[in-house]
Amino acid sequence: MDQFLQQTLSGLANGAIYASLALAVVMIYQAIDHFNFAQGEMAMFSTFIAWQLIAWGAPYWVAFVVCLAISFIGGMAIERIIFAPIHDAPALSHVVVFIALTLIFNAMAGFIWEFTIKEFPSPFPAELPFETKLIGPHEVGIVGITLIMLGMIYVFFRFTPIGLAMRAAAASPESARLVGISVKKMLGLGWGLAAAVGAVAGMMIAPVVFLEPNMMLGILLYGFAGAVVGGLTSPGGAVVGGFLMGVLEALAGTYVIGSELKLTFALVVIVAVLLFRPAGLFGRVVVQRV
Amino acid sequence: MKTLHVATAAVAATMWAGAAIAGNAPGVTSTEIKIGNTNPYSGPASSYGTIGKSIGACWNWVNDTGGINGRKIKWISLDDGYSPPKTKEQIRKLVEREKVAFTFQTLGTPTNSAVHRYMNKKQVPHLFVATGATKWGQPKKFPWTMGWQPNYQTVGAIFGNYILQNYPQGKVAVMYQNDDYGKDYVIGMKRAMGDKYAKQVVKQETYEVTDPTIDSQIIALAGSGADVFVNISIPKFAAQAIKKMHAIGWKPAHILNDVAASIASTYKPAGLEKAKGIISVDFYKDPNDPEWKDDPETNAWRAWMDKYYPGGDKSNKMNAYGYAVCHTMIEVLKKAGNDLSRENIMKQASSLKEVHLPMLLPGMYADTSPTDFYPLEQMQMTRFDGTRSVRFGPLISAETE
Amino acid sequence: MALSDAKSVAMRPNPAHTAVLFGIKLPMWNLYLTVIGIAAALVLPFVVEGFTVFQLTQALVYAIAVLGLNLLTGFNGQFSLGHSAFYALGAYTAAIMVERYEVAFYWTILPAGIICFIGGFLFGLPALRLEGLFLALATFALAVATPQLLRYEHFEGFTGGVQGIDLFKPDSPIEFLGGDQWLYFVVLVCGALLVVGAWNLTRGRTGRAIMAIRDNPLAARTMGINTSLYKSVTFGVSGFYTGIAGALGAAVAEFVAPDSFTFFLSVWLLVGMVIGGLGSIPAAIVGGLFILYVPNISEALIGQVFGDDPSAKALIGVAFGCFLIFAVYVMPNGLAGFVRWFVARYSRPGI
Repeated sequence: MDQFLQQTLSGLANGAIYASLALAVVMIYQAIDHFNFAQGEMAMFSTFIAWQLIAWGAPYWVAFVVCLAISFIGGMAIERIIFAPIHDAPALSHVVVFIALTLIFNAMAGFIWEFTIKEFPSPFPAELPFETKLIGPHEVGIVGITLIMLGMIYVFFRFTPIGLAMRAAAASPESARLVGISVKKMLGLGWGLAAAVGAVAGMMIAPVVFLEPNMMLGILLYGFAGAVVGGLTSPGGAVVGGFLMGVLEALAGTYVIGSELKLTFALVVIVAVLLFRPAGLFGRVVVQRV
Repeated sequence: MKTLHVATAAVAATMWAGAAIAGNAPGVTSTEIKIGNTNPYSGPASSYGTIGKSIGACWNWVNDTGGINGRKIKWISLDDGYSPPKTKEQIRKLVEREKVAFTFQTLGTPTNSAVHRYMNKKQVPHLFVATGATKWGQPKKFPWTMGWQPNYQTVGAIFGNYILQNYPQGKVAVMYQNDDYGKDYVIGMKRAMGDKYAKQVVKQETYEVTDPTIDSQIIALAGSGADVFVNISIPKFAAQAIKKMHAIGWKPAHILNDVAASIASTYKPAGLEKAKGIISVDFYKDPNDPEWKDDPETNAWRAWMDKYYPGGDKSNKMNAYGYAVCHTMIEVLKKAGNDLSRENIMKQASSLKEVHLPMLLPGMYADTSPTDFYPLEQMQMTRFDGTRSVRFGPLISAETE
Repeated sequence: MALSDAKSVAMRPNPAHTAVLFGIKLPMWNLYLTVIGIAAALVLPFVVEGFTVFQLTQALVYAIAVLGLNLLTGFNGQFSLGHSAFYALGAYTAAIMVERYEVAFYWTILPAGIICFIGGFLFGLPALRLEGLFLALATFALAVATPQLLRYEHFEGFTGGVQGIDLFKPDSPIEFLGGDQWLYFVVLVCGALLVVGAWNLTRGRTGRAIMAIRDNPLAARTMGINTSLYKSVTFGVSGFYTGIAGALGAAVAEFVAPDSFTFFLSVWLLVGMVIGGLGSIPAAIVGGLFILYVPNISEALIGQVFGDDPSAKALIGVAFGCFLIFAVYVMPNGLAGFVRWFVARYSRPGI
């Protein structure tokens, strides 16, 4: 029983990692109606920037804020410089550019910072206020931060004019333009925000998995799966999807199929879920008018 | 694997051998020796690329100091992204288009497997491959291929024997990477422990390189109640394991594989205090171990890193590995003198007699013979005391087969 | 939309300027290109060195796989990140038949294709309910699971586990052809047959149904097209092509192992397809060449610029990424889209 509880909690903690990246995935999906394959590598690169600032002597929170700002501007710059000129290219051409960005960020990080794993500090206290061996303080912290980010994103898209405008711009650029929304600005803003959310995710993930250029490879996979299962149109769904991935993987690995095939098993379950809920657990079903 | 179609290979060999018989190997002139290599410089295994880079830096140093017997080294190292079909293509490019004299330190087990027969069919020396699999030392079947580092099965056997001697009643938990590298250690352990393996090992877990964390595996292993933990993982996951074990309060005797036994890339990120007591084996110096702070060899290595590979990371043990293996090659080429035929290069490589290489642990040497294609077979056990890896016990020389 | 433009160009009735080749109606300029292409393909292996022949063979193999993916994505509008799985299935079928059962290599090509057809068809059934990114995830799962399954302990006796399987490429039965040249022609013949097959498939009634599903599924259904059947069958055919590519690829590399068929193979096939051009059969060749040569060009470029600096090796990925972005900039609809645009722009009917 103790073992089961431990596995579930560790699954939840891992799930929080996936969920935080899944949020970034949903963020960009809301803004550009695409899944950004380069999201993981961008988050990794942002985290390296924060790491570098800390290594140069900046206090954690200064590095945190500066990293967010750089990521936000960097995200906007990517949209303006790389995507604006090919705005009308087909979706799959965009996918190729995402793949290109993945390669570039990964190689650049390896070139600048090398591949030795780096320790990234945790902003949370070293001890929990209560005694437990079940879950660590950083893990509780990630769950908390993920939920806070979720709340902020929910409020942003639901209640702020900019958030609504952004959703409109992604869902129907033509109509949005007609009501006076600058689709261009919204796209840039969406990229910036997604990069910033990714940066937070990266800085939360790095203390657990250690920072290195390939750290996001596996996580992106789970984050992507989590986001899709939860429903790409729903930030809450993405978080639930992320947690689900974490718990499912931990329990399946321990009790069902062994660690050798746990990823395969988790993915099969997800595909099975999608068969019954093709838009994800919490996704909006888009009704097509003819 | 089935027996190869020897007849076909022989026919093909006679067809192609012409170029290699007389005089120097292709790629050798009076001023230059061309050496080929593949490494994963891009893709998910790119962290190993630093080995190829450090060897490249080593050749730059050799060339700056006059070359070998008056010949400069032309090092052509190509990216294979750790994909076997790409390795095949790159190796064929090196052999057939670039006309290298031989290849050296091509990296990876699946990648080298893809060109293993090709190199032997073409009779091109396939020297000191950068993998710890056992199959690189079969001089009868594959006379042109030679490994370098102590192989994974040997290390596994060392661990197995250690457990038998020190924890004969111990309950053992094993975690390994789910690929050829991890599985070879387990084979070695099984070889040493015999039927004791099934009796003593209470829990086995594996992980994939793409797994974000191994927390779940560690919890499951801890739950088995084992008091000995054999951890066969790369530095990233070893560090995660050390941290997680500390967090959940599992304190078995921790035996860690040599791949991850590094102060800077494993123990320090995990927390030195938490890594205390880890038992491992090693065959070369960890430059970050305080023991080698004033060691002349390690200082020479540091100076070399500063000058020839300034972008490299001095906390990465693999850069010391690259330096040591490069010196093996230098030794072979020096011995070959002016007879740089492929046969003679192979002959010299298979007659290294107790050659000491910089950065190997004191008392260790490379040694080969026409029937022994395993250059390095000695190791020594270490125990991490919180600041340094203290070596204990004799040099273990597990002769393979 | 660029695709519909292209169709109107390609299908414009222009009897004076068409010719018939293997039962395929072609515009004249297209015929010239085809003839030149075929002549070049036949002569090349005799004028270049063995290693280049080997590279071209590998590029052709990729081209066949890209064609398979293109049938699914370009013609039928279904997205797949899982084609490395079919490639692997085909490769392992060939390798296991050759090594374990001593079947001659030629007899493994068709079975590899058929097994992958069945695999593709079966996978296509549940995939019917999934669209766009959700289908991407399902196929992605397939690609990720493949190396894991190939390594799985309990299949080891069959798959060779992590060690993989060695096989020999077939010997040349013709004296003046070397092993590389012979294999090149084997692959070329397979590729040619598959191209003709794809051409007939896409030009006929079936092809129109397949493309109608891509362009407007709802309208297609209304018109009485059995969309489920066609989608599953297209998945099967796509698997068939990719499986044959896998079998041929196994002979080219003479080795199969789980690490040869990672998720990245799917990504490269996708890249090859997009750079070549969606919905175009000849574009597959461009895609195959791109997959094979552009990483090499990136590497050579970095070598040229940075010389012997060891650290620069890490930048190969950057160069490759920049090439990809550049390709999309210049040809947002792939090379095929570029050619269509060029033709539509400069050749007016009646000239």
